[in-house]
Amino acid sequence: MKNITKIFLSFCLTAGVSGCHKDLNLQPQNDITADVVYSTPEGYKMAFAKIYGSFALTGGAGSGSSDLGGIDAGTSDFLRLYWNAQELTTDEAACAWVGDPGVSELNFQNWNSNNVMLRGLYTRSLYQITVANEFLRESTEEKLASRNITGADAGEISVYREEARFLRAYQYWVLMDLFGNPPFITEESGISKTAPPRITRTELFSYVESELLDIESKLVAPRQNEYGRADQGAVWALLTRLYMNAEVYLGTGNAKYTQAITYADKVIGAGYALETDYQKLFIADNDKDNRETILSINYDAINTQNYGGTTFIINSSVNNAMNPASFGIPNGGWGGNRSRATLPGAFGELATTTDKRAMFFGQTSGIEDMSVFTDGLAVGKFKNTLSDGTTAPSNDGTQCSVDFPLFRLADIYLLYAEAVLRGGNGGSNATALEYVNQLRARAYGNNSGNVTSLSLDFMLEERMRELHWEAYRRTDLIRFGKYTGDSYLWPFKGGVPEGTSIPAYRTVFPIPASDIIANPNLLQNDNY
Amino acid sequence: MLRKIYCLRCGYLMLLILWAAGSAMGQQAVRGKVTDRNDGSPMPGVNVLIKGTTTGTQTDDEGHYLLPDVPQGAVLVFSYIGKQTQETPVSGTVMDVSLADDSQLLSEIVVIGYGTQKKNELTGAVSTITAKEFQKGVITTPDQLISGKVAGVQITPNGGRPGSGSTIRIRAGASLNASNDPLIVIDGVPVSGEGISGSPNPLSLINPSDIETFTVLKDASATAIYGSRASNGVIMITTKKGVSGKPKINFSTQNAVSVINRKIEVLSPDQLRTYVSEHGSEAQKAMLGTANTDWQDEIYQAAFSTDNNLSISGSAGNMPYRVGVGYLNQDGILKRDNLNRISGAVTLNPRFFDKHLKVDLNLKGSMQKSFFANQGAIFTSIQMDPTKPVYEENSFGNFYEWKQGENPHPLAPRNPVGLIEQKEDNGKVLRSFGNLQLDYAFHFLPELRANLNLGYDISRGEGDTFVPAFAAQNFNTQGNITNYKEEISNKVLEFFFNYNKAISSINSQIDVTAGYGYYDNQKTVFNFPTLRADGSVITTPAFATDVPQNRLISYFGRLIYTLNDRYIVSGTLRTDGSSRFSPENRWGVFPSAAVTWRLAKESFLENSTVLSDLNLRLSYGITGQQDGIANYSYLPNYNYSVNESRYQLGSSFYNMYSPVAYDAEIRWESTATSNIGLDYGLLRGRLNGSLDVYYKKTRDLLSTIPIAVGTNFSNLLLTNVGNMENKGFEFNISAIPVLKNDLEWNMNFNFTYNNSKVTNLTAVDDPGFLVEQGWIEGSTGNNIQAHTINKAPFSYRVYKQVYNAEGKPLEGVYADLNGDGKITDDDRYYFKSPMPKYILGFSTGVNYKRWNISTTLRSNLDNYVYDNVSSNMAISSNVLNPVNIINNAPADLLNTNFQVNQYMSDYYVYNASFLKMDNLTLSYNVGEVWKGSNLSVSGNIQNVFTLTNYHGVDPEIYSGIDNRFYPRPRTYVVGLNLSF
Repeated sequence: MKNITKIFLSFCLTAGVSGCHKDLNLQPQNDITADVVYSTPEGYKMAFAKIYGSFALTGGAGSGSSDLGGIDAGTSDFLRLYWNAQELTTDEAACAWVGDPGVSELNFQNWNSNNVMLRGLYTRSLYQITVANEFLRESTEEKLASRNITGADAGEISVYREEARFLRAYQYWVLMDLFGNPPFITEESGISKTAPPRITRTELFSYVESELLDIESKLVAPRQNEYGRADQGAVWALLTRLYMNAEVYLGTGNAKYTQAITYADKVIGAGYALETDYQKLFIADNDKDNRETILSINYDAINTQNYGGTTFIINSSVNNAMNPASFGIPNGGWGGNRSRATLPGAFGELATTTDKRAMFFGQTSGIEDMSVFTDGLAVGKFKNTLSDGTTAPSNDGTQCSVDFPLFRLADIYLLYAEAVLRGGNGGSNATALEYVNQLRARAYGNNSGNVTSLSLDFMLEERMRELHWEAYRRTDLIRFGKYTGDSYLWPFKGGVPEGTSIPAYRTVFPIPASDIIANPNLLQNDNY
Repeated sequence: MLRKIYCLRCGYLMLLILWAAGSAMGQQAVRGKVTDRNDGSPMPGVNVLIKGTTTGTQTDDEGHYLLPDVPQGAVLVFSYIGKQTQETPVSGTVMDVSLADDSQLLSEIVVIGYGTQKKNELTGAVSTITAKEFQKGVITTPDQLISGKVAGVQITPNGGRPGSGSTIRIRAGASLNASNDPLIVIDGVPVSGEGISGSPNPLSLINPSDIETFTVLKDASATAIYGSRASNGVIMITTKKGVSGKPKINFSTQNAVSVINRKIEVLSPDQLRTYVSEHGSEAQKAMLGTANTDWQDEIYQAAFSTDNNLSISGSAGNMPYRVGVGYLNQDGILKRDNLNRISGAVTLNPRFFDKHLKVDLNLKGSMQKSFFANQGAIFTSIQMDPTKPVYEENSFGNFYEWKQGENPHPLAPRNPVGLIEQKEDNGKVLRSFGNLQLDYAFHFLPELRANLNLGYDISRGEGDTFVPAFAAQNFNTQGNITNYKEEISNKVLEFFFNYNKAISSINSQIDVTAGYGYYDNQKTVFNFPTLRADGSVITTPAFATDVPQNRLISYFGRLIYTLNDRYIVSGTLRTDGSSRFSPENRWGVFPSAAVTWRLAKESFLENSTVLSDLNLRLSYGITGQQDGIANYSYLPNYNYSVNESRYQLGSSFYNMYSPVAYDAEIRWESTATSNIGLDYGLLRGRLNGSLDVYYKKTRDLLSTIPIAVGTNFSNLLLTNVGNMENKGFEFNISAIPVLKNDLEWNMNFNFTYNNSKVTNLTAVDDPGFLVEQGWIEGSTGNNIQAHTINKAPFSYRVYKQVYNAEGKPLEGVYADLNGDGKITDDDRYYFKSPMPKYILGFSTGVNYKRWNISTTLRSNLDNYVYDNVSSNMAISSNVLNPVNIINNAPADLLNTNFQVNQYMSDYYVYNASFLKMDNLTLSYNVGEVWKGSNLSVSGNIQNVFTLTNYHGVDPEIYSGIDNRFYPRPRTYVVGLNLSF
């Protein structure tokens, strides 16, 4: 039978070689091949925009599209997933949408390897890395030469390359921080069916560090790049964060607080300055005259539409009783995320505090029913309004234009102070105190909130006050040793109202079960 | 003059002598009338032949015939296309006969791919349904004609909207993610099943009344000649043709009223008031209104429809022709829904050169206009607070709405009546398809024929929607205007040779076919900006058009060898090249082989008086599947983002070039099918049927599965992985228990058992591996079904509900199935699937004199449905809604009193087995109104009743997820058919 089919096939193929078989070579009209995309510098920029855009957007075909599968499109962007992982699992936030897949497990810290949010985040981070790798493959000197792109154009594209490497390093840092031991792919890997190797957390630390150190000098000087693009300031900020958490990643005894101070200093000396009005960091025109933010994810209600990002943060934190129009979302307000009592508790008496960072709404700070949004105070930190108080333009009264700061100076100030407290060399207690008091003076509008000494416990609380809902919290709590165990409890920690201990293995998330199956090189993290 | 008289006399004398001579040899004149057994109408143009001679005549316009010289003891053969040929021994000089449809006979000719075959010589599993057996009433799409009529064929209506058509599955389909739709071939042209904007369903563009027969090809022996498109079976549709004789005009009209059959049971206004006053806060009690509105009554209506068809057929000289026109106007039971179709069909079948050249021209065209009522109203009519009035004075067009400040509340259900009344949605589609088929039998070698078939299928759909700025439904965007336009252009070229020769020296017959096919399918999608009601732009498309296209090039061959009329062997082979795959994987070969043994011809059975036919069939073959996947998924391409998906760098927004996930090695799915069948006929065809057992195994399933993350530009990829199998059994019996001159009772019963399961899904074997399916409404990203190994596709994956002593479900309490002390996702188990295990169909009819009564019943057993309506809305927090509104809920709330959604509970998975009476028809043949005419009238009820334990609006939902389902109405039809 096999022979007969072979003979038949070869007969047919011979009979039809006459050219009409070429009719089977069809190309899509609008999707184009790499060679066409990369034939011009403009094409390079649009492919480059995709690497950054992978942060903000869920896909290329509007808010209902997604680069990822197996997850609701609106939930598949980086920030929404990262925010959920970093905030819902902590003392800062809890979500009322308990019917949505994966939410309850984050609220109660009992996630397993099937959690769709964690799977989505893991996939999103690796997706951005895959896109960066593709760009690196297509932007080598040989490729540029073969496409006759030379001179200033080629120079510009070589900078894109370094930024692509930065974004890749950032996402590997995310994977290292959250998942520990992910698969490892570089531009050498290509698109194939070969499962990539696993990399350990320790190896990944070295990789991220070496990448950042290598590109440090190749990026544009601080504050000299286009808005929304990484520069040396972003590299230094990420290095500060990396070194600050080195003991978490490399184990006790591997502290790198001195290096953290070195790189914090570099950032601080690069010309960044605190925004005078704290609230202005989190409104729709925060892309204008903003000297505090080092690198942001950029959103726009008209041009960058999606249901994640700051659209998610703002709509989920507001319900219809809060007058959504005053938050710049006249047709929005989904009533999902609110604080746990620990967050307003960090500000003392809310009725009397003059700390402007306390922007709470509602009556009940305690949570009785997780599914009731008004159990727990709402957080009004992010607003889709302009500096003049008007609503930012949008097509639907829901989408938001607030850019999200991935790195900002205030964080670096606090990291500097913390590194000094933790015994890092190269800084001083006085400077540390001064940096912290700069933040407090901004918060209080005067010196009334200034402190005279610092402690680690204070630093953790101050980070909550300054940086709450900016997706730092899980990493911070782990660094302070308070995320797991029973040394620190918060409402519904471990799923019980008064809070209970959770085991230490939960400082890393599980590798998604689907990838453990699809990629035999991976190992599940301990105890999952 | 004298000479003339002489000649006349001579003539008479000659006649006399001949007559006398004839008498001497026992000759006589025989006359009579031939009528149609269906309705008793006279049949003109019937061939009447003295058997064994070339002597014969045709009946006249009134069905009369006269044969002057019939030898005694002769047998008269009455034959007519589409009728069972009848041989009657001469007895007496007046012989009236009535001809039955030939579908009752096993010797009928059956259409197979690229040819025909006698039914009792078939080697494949093939079922034929003719017009007489079709479902009756107002039938908008052709698929509904054969619902419940064929074993192994499941036809599930997509809902109650006019023209929404059905989901057709032959032997449950062979794929997971690629298409499971069968290939539909009309008069030899494969037609597009691809949807076109502006029409509810592409099949609704075909007028069912032009159809003569359906032939369903089920096993590989029958389908493999269609190669890569055959895995899901093939439905061959033959349309009505002209017949020889004087023009015959037929006019039929069906006029109907449809009413809602079953509504979703929700709380009554008073029940809701009681519920809120018992459980709600003071603020919530204060939100209740004083009205008593049945929102479902507000959106549904009694809907009228009329379906009229006029045809003229006959023969102009040597050219049989048929011209038909149809006019359908059908309202939906959802207010404002409408479908309007004008259709035309022309068929010409001239024969030239002494019938050496047969020309068949088929042209069909239709123009369809639709108004699509906003089906969002179906959902909100369940949820909208019944204590609120339909209308109130406000700025949203005076439809009552929940408000947030001065705006419509963004999270509240919209007023269902407002949704319908404030959205204009018009679509218009033109479609034409047809073919020219030239079949030439060579003059020097008539056994050899060359056949050229040129076909086309083009359609254009366009339409627009409009919502005014003040309407609550698009208040966010200040109204909405959308436009759409699509064009489909499919072309077919097929050419084959056929050599068919009886070699009597070796008692053999050979039938060889070899051919070539070229198929080009192109669609042009025009993109338009979306606008606000005032015409300002909301979004602009990145491209003005998109032109997806695919091509297929094929070579095919078939050999049928018949020995001794008893043993039939057939083999087919097709190779297809598809533009959807890379040059390395482009060509696939699809063979089949089969054998039929006609047992009844064997000496040990030949003299049986009971058994008239008995065939044993065995077949095996491999077919392919490539439809339902993207056109270019093997190519590494970049996608240009739309203008809403741009990213800001500096002060500019950049459209992004995104690399698209691809599988360079993607190739065909292939399905190996084994089939054992038995065809039987007893009592000279009064009792006949067939029995088939099949086993289908699909390899290289095109399925979208998780891949190792980081290896491609997505975490899911459509790739060839996994296997699936279908095992089944089909049984069919037709009987005519009573056959008398003025009384006939016929019945048909079919039974199908099918069991499908996924046998492999990954390269790496892992029993825990699953691919989520079945999106459900009400939350973000929940799926209720999954594919996994050793389960049926789309099995429900749910928690096991725990009940209290009274049998009430305990909220959030589930069985800890893995016993780890926690309820996690790992405790979800696989529970049933939407696929019925057993499908039964029963049709029966009684003709008594001029009366006919017939009915069709269908039953699916062991099919399960997930009640997403209740799981989403029958909860306390939907009624006492935290977003400061009151909603209504399905009555299931009173049973569970769940506070929050328990989407994943198996409580919501119901056995939806059912028995339905699709159709009950009574007709009366009035007979001749004037000379040569015939009139019949009928009354008909469609969707007569449904017996089921499922409480939802309909147990028959293909996806198995009951969610905003458009109810199928009950329809009362009065019809009239006049021919002359």
